[in-house]
Amino acid sequence: MEKILEVKNLSVEFYKGGKVIQALRDTSLTLKRNEVLGIVGESGCGKSTLALSILRLIPEKEGKVISGEILFKGEDLLRLSDKKLLQIRGDRISIIFQDPFTSLNPVLKISKQIAESLILHKKENLSTHQMEKEIIELLDLVKLPKPKDTMLSYPHQLSGGMQQRAMIAIALSSNPEILIADEPTTALDVTIQKEILNLLTELQKKLGLSVVLITHDFGIVAQTCQRVSVMYAGIIVEEASTSEIFHNPLHPYTKGLLESLPSREELPSSSQGKKRRLKAIPGQVPDPSNLPSGCKFHPRCPKVIEDCKLEEPRLREIVKNHWVRCIRAVD
Amino acid sequence: MLEYIVRRLLFMIPLLLGITIITFVVVHLSPGGPADMLTGLSPKVSAEAKARLHSLYGLDKPLHVQYWLWLSRLVRFDFGRSFKDGRLVIIKILERLPATLLLNVLSLLLIFFIALPIGIISAVRQDSFFDKGMTVFVFLGFSVPAFWLALLLMVLFGVVLGWLPISGMHSVNFPYFSFWGKLWDIIKHLILPVFVSAFGGLAYLSRYSRTSMLEVLRQDYIRTARAKGLSEKKVIYRHALRNALIPIVTLLGLSLPALIGGGFIFETIFAWPGMGRLGYQAIMARDYPVIMGVGVIAALLTLLGNLIADITYAFIDPRIRYR
Repeated sequence: MEKILEVKNLSVEFYKGGKVIQALRDTSLTLKRNEVLGIVGESGCGKSTLALSILRLIPEKEGKVISGEILFKGEDLLRLSDKKLLQIRGDRISIIFQDPFTSLNPVLKISKQIAESLILHKKENLSTHQMEKEIIELLDLVKLPKPKDTMLSYPHQLSGGMQQRAMIAIALSSNPEILIADEPTTALDVTIQKEILNLLTELQKKLGLSVVLITHDFGIVAQTCQRVSVMYAGIIVEEASTSEIFHNPLHPYTKGLLESLPSREELPSSSQGKKRRLKAIPGQVPDPSNLPSGCKFHPRCPKVIEDCKLEEPRLREIVKNHWVRCIRAVD
Repeated sequence: MLEYIVRRLLFMIPLLLGITIITFVVVHLSPGGPADMLTGLSPKVSAEAKARLHSLYGLDKPLHVQYWLWLSRLVRFDFGRSFKDGRLVIIKILERLPATLLLNVLSLLLIFFIALPIGIISAVRQDSFFDKGMTVFVFLGFSVPAFWLALLLMVLFGVVLGWLPISGMHSVNFPYFSFWGKLWDIIKHLILPVFVSAFGGLAYLSRYSRTSMLEVLRQDYIRTARAKGLSEKKVIYRHALRNALIPIVTLLGLSLPALIGGGFIFETIFAWPGMGRLGYQAIMARDYPVIMGVGVIAALLTLLGNLIADITYAFIDPRIRYR
């Protein structure tokens, strides 16, 4: 399959209170056309930084890209002029964020926020009437009820789920090729989460989108993604197809994450009574301004040996298309 | 909305009562009275004459009775007569209003049209040379007392250079000027007072709008606007500015009373024939009806200013709906 987006050896640093925070360290990633790629990891592992740096949305004062390339159809986004970047940002690649309420401008009507994007990215000029029609079509597409009323609402008049649908409508208004979804359901109720995920999956198929789905929830990955990258301390530690990851996790960190998920049989109400305490990974995510030596996971790893502390392991292909950054992966 | 406005207006009545009671008491607590100011310096005036003056002004009655009498006249829009020259207080205030309005409207416009862009540019280019320079300017604006700055500028432009008049609103020979001559004369008289009265506000508002803008620029919806592919200019003027203006509206509402109340010290320094100077002179003469008149009008305007700010809020921020 054609590679639509390639992140190569990307390093990003943040500066906070005189400290240097290594948010991404030599991270590489490939997104193929028409696939949904999941990026999973705990808070602070660099997932969102990755999402933002693809569109160069990291505020200049806070941090910057140190090295690497981000190739969109072979063109390096990091080396584009600002003007050229705007022809890709929001146009070919759209993004939606975690909290739809804070991500929508509170003083502008939904119609205005969508229209703005339509005006920016449509090649031809639209009349007021056509514009309205296009907005309603978009709201229909994301299944917002009563589009005519909804378009005239302000963000605070909509529920969280409706706000996220409106955000998706804005993101899709330019007919993008790639959609980056940065924890799109984290701020929503569980029932709404499911609806939004179903919507995203449906739209991905219907519109032939390539999606990067960032989440901390393996459950979401299982439902929506074809491939998964697991991130830890600013680097990819494991990458494989979703079914491979679930059935044959190789990195101790991935195993730990999967074991900390409850399965249906273990829920308290189940009559089987196969009770097991949910496992947690001991310790905490390392301080990104003071990372441990060698493999960044070694202080928390159950399989740690002396060699783990010496140098960061390389990403190795253990099974076909299954890459792991662990020297003890096959032991 | 209409119901809300009516209710707010009704709520003003007890507030105004409270304000007038406090003003009334404080004014009467201050030592000396109008009779002393008129007679105290003259040895020829007997104690009986003083007492006669007291009873003439109604000052021999208990304070609550005096207040009640004043209030019962006020509800008929009768502000009484000045103790000093016997003229109607309302006329005295109306005479002074245009001068104060002229000065303060100009200085308020100056403040808003200069401070807002300064604040916004400082925020957008945070830590730039411009921003740092403005920080120094603001520091000066905050620390320099207006009266001191006024005196220095009067010395420089009025005395040393002799470019600008230093007091009053027009020259002595004003009536003999042509129309343009009159206009130019007033403008020359306005330059120093407007500049000095705007100076402190300029510092304050530019700092305030900078903070407000910085706050807005950190918001998620600004990131969304950028993510849409909007140019930086559109992000700032279409998405950030309107949100940043919301808190500034409060300031506008709060500066309305100053429009009319005028600066007491300030108008006195420039001998500006406005409300502030009227109030100052009334206080020095213990001219109670005039003090109370100026006080009531200033209080009323403060309350109205707050109400206007709240109503404007609802127009620019759709999240606010009053019930």
